[in-house]
Amino acid sequence: MNTAHLLPILWAGIAAFTVLAYIVLDGFDLGLGMLFLVERDPQRRDVMVNTVAPVWDGNETWLVLGGACLYGVFPIAYATLLPAFYPLVIAMLLALIFRGVAFEFRFKAATPGARGRWDLAFFGGSTVAAACQGMILGALIQGVRVENAQYAGGWFDWLTPFSVFCAFAVVVGYALLGACWLVWRTEGALQAGARRVARPLAAITIVCIVGVSLWTPALHREYLRHWDVWPRMLYVAPVPLLVAALVAVFWRSILDETRHLTPLLCVLGWFFLCFTGLAISIWPWIVPPSIDIWAASSPPSSQLFLLFGAVILIPTVLAYTGYAYWVFRGKVGHELHEH
Amino acid sequence: MGRATGCDLTMIGMSALDLARFQFAFTVAFHILFPSLSIGLAAYLAVLEGLWLKTGRQVYFDLFQYWLKVFAIGFSMGVVSGLVMSYEFGTNWAPFAAQAGSVLGPLLAYEVMTAFFLEAGFLGVMLFGMRRVGRGLHFAATCLVSLGTLISMSWILASNSWMQTPQGYAIDPRTGRFIPTDWLQIIFNPSFPYRLVHMGLAAFLSVALLVGGTGAYHLLRSARSGKPATEPVRVMFSMAMWMILVTAPLQILAGDAQGLNTLEHQPAKIAAMEGDWTGETRAPELLFGIPDMKAERTDDAIALPLLGSLILTHRLDGRVPGLKDFAPRDRPNATVLFFSFRLMVGLGLLMLTLGVLGLLARWRRRFYDSRALHRFALAMAPAGFLALLSGWVTTEVGRQPYTIYGVLRTADSVSPIALPGIATSMLVFVVVYFIVFGAGIAILLRLMGSEPHPGEPGPNAREPTRTAGTHPGPAQGRDVGVTPGSEVRP
Repeated sequence: MNTAHLLPILWAGIAAFTVLAYIVLDGFDLGLGMLFLVERDPQRRDVMVNTVAPVWDGNETWLVLGGACLYGVFPIAYATLLPAFYPLVIAMLLALIFRGVAFEFRFKAATPGARGRWDLAFFGGSTVAAACQGMILGALIQGVRVENAQYAGGWFDWLTPFSVFCAFAVVVGYALLGACWLVWRTEGALQAGARRVARPLAAITIVCIVGVSLWTPALHREYLRHWDVWPRMLYVAPVPLLVAALVAVFWRSILDETRHLTPLLCVLGWFFLCFTGLAISIWPWIVPPSIDIWAASSPPSSQLFLLFGAVILIPTVLAYTGYAYWVFRGKVGHELHEH
Repeated sequence: MGRATGCDLTMIGMSALDLARFQFAFTVAFHILFPSLSIGLAAYLAVLEGLWLKTGRQVYFDLFQYWLKVFAIGFSMGVVSGLVMSYEFGTNWAPFAAQAGSVLGPLLAYEVMTAFFLEAGFLGVMLFGMRRVGRGLHFAATCLVSLGTLISMSWILASNSWMQTPQGYAIDPRTGRFIPTDWLQIIFNPSFPYRLVHMGLAAFLSVALLVGGTGAYHLLRSARSGKPATEPVRVMFSMAMWMILVTAPLQILAGDAQGLNTLEHQPAKIAAMEGDWTGETRAPELLFGIPDMKAERTDDAIALPLLGSLILTHRLDGRVPGLKDFAPRDRPNATVLFFSFRLMVGLGLLMLTLGVLGLLARWRRRFYDSRALHRFALAMAPAGFLALLSGWVTTEVGRQPYTIYGVLRTADSVSPIALPGIATSMLVFVVVYFIVFGAGIAILLRLMGSEPHPGEPGPNAREPTRTAGTHPGPAQGRDVGVTPGSEVRP
């Protein structure tokens, strides 16, 4: 194996980690915003926002890192995927603008009416951003038309039943993450409400996971290439089995009121396993069904230069992000660090 | 709707390229203001908190709390408008990204890993963590956020400067893509040091003007109501005026140095800034004129003899380039550059004047009483940001018709997105930015319009006084009084 072959594999791993970190961390932020729909009490809404106020900005930074890595390490993927998903990307960015500034603005609003509007922006921004991310995921899985390393499809190629289904799945899944986060970080009525809403959300999420898993191989037969070959099957079989096991643990913990953290950990496990499953299916494509990670790569001099930094800096970032979470640990009540 | 917009725009001569450029410029112009605010304000906050810890004077803590609220709002707008930028390179400039991503992408990724995470990670502690981590660690968090803003500025300027003065690369003959060959040459490209200093000073100066203008506003208000100004107001005005006095002249020197550097590497940009068509020695400096790109001349010129050569080359007989030295298709738009450059320089001279007048007023012991000085300072509050934007227009429009100077043309950099698509998203961007950033700026103005007072509450203002709750975590013994009116002693 030479460097030009190995570097893109390493980078595919780092890029996948970045995307996963984003989904895991910003997933519960966005989900929490969606739960504004069922939580109308202004004080409890403040508590909800305060559980993530000190950390949301860092969570969203993983999305910036994802964009920057794609740009620097797989520029051909960056340059074909973004025009392909142009309206989705723009809509997601604008939605994230609304929900990002709403964090600050809703506390600074001069009138209850203005505050209500920023609450709406927080809810709407979170939901639209999640839906766009789901649709981008679906559109990526179903494939992108490329000619001469340029996007060659139309304006609405991304809009299909599959991508709409994926959007729905991600919205529900994020809302579930948000509910589980609240079960962990809050107490009293807010926690009980989150626990209640988590159950139907979990049921729908499981149905969506099964749906996407069955639908995906129908889109491109190649997606089965790592799943139906003996003995490779043995290595990948634990993925669905572990999901099933975690579903069982989740149901017991969500019904058990002494369990605060377990439901969140289980759902994070689902997300991790689904992501792993999708990565296995897509590998080694980065723009299905035509561009693989080697064709999308920047020269080794770029990938190597950034690799030094990533190896040192990403663990450092994880360490102080962990510290920031630790500083703000514990249950959040409305009397704590209201803003 | 898309079709109709497309037709209308074609009729007024807008192409997809023009719109892609306009959209990018619009979103960057909004974005650039907020990081500049963050760079200057984070450093100011670190100084205030450091002074508070060192001297124990309540006034520094009050000012820290006061400006921290402004910082929180400005920072969040910087984050979300910056997120747009990191994806817009791909949506609007896909061929550019495909060819130059190998150089610019890693620089951006380093910015994220060394700066964005640092800022985001410690911002939470800075805004909400005073009672949880204690004063020493809180000060460390403020300093780290400030450091993050400076690191971020360095990377983005390395990247921007490389597009102006590219080096350290080869071109793949098969694909036309850039291959980085020497990263030190790429980062420390010829215009980087000049641009970094010029931009850093611009951020500090802009914030000094904003803080000084805010102080002046409250001095004027208390003078009108006949009350003496509060100590935080006097201290903020004084600190800002010292800062302006020091940074305004330094900025003029830095600008001059960058001008010499541009003359060496991008003479066409200088010719356009000066509205000069025929290269000449002993060139005059035009105070006013209207460069006409079609007729290849500058009309209605008011010129000062010899000054052009003196300013640009530091010699009376130095040769100054003219636009006719360059093929028409390689010329940047002189009509824009001539005015954007003069606006920036004019504002810079006014800033220098403000700094000197402030010093004179101190000397004559009229510093806190001179209504004229305060009015001037108030009028200059947005001047730094205005100068910063016109300087940015000068350098980026001056890079045209290239995205990567001399190598990759802007026309070859644009994404294959049809006009109706770009037009629709442009419209949405304009509407959303005016709503969101309009609201944000309104909140900022309201914050700065309220007077800072002793016992200023921080961003945690609505917090009821510390109730002993059931929550674990904060060490109650290390509380600092952030409640209004409480005495604070570090």
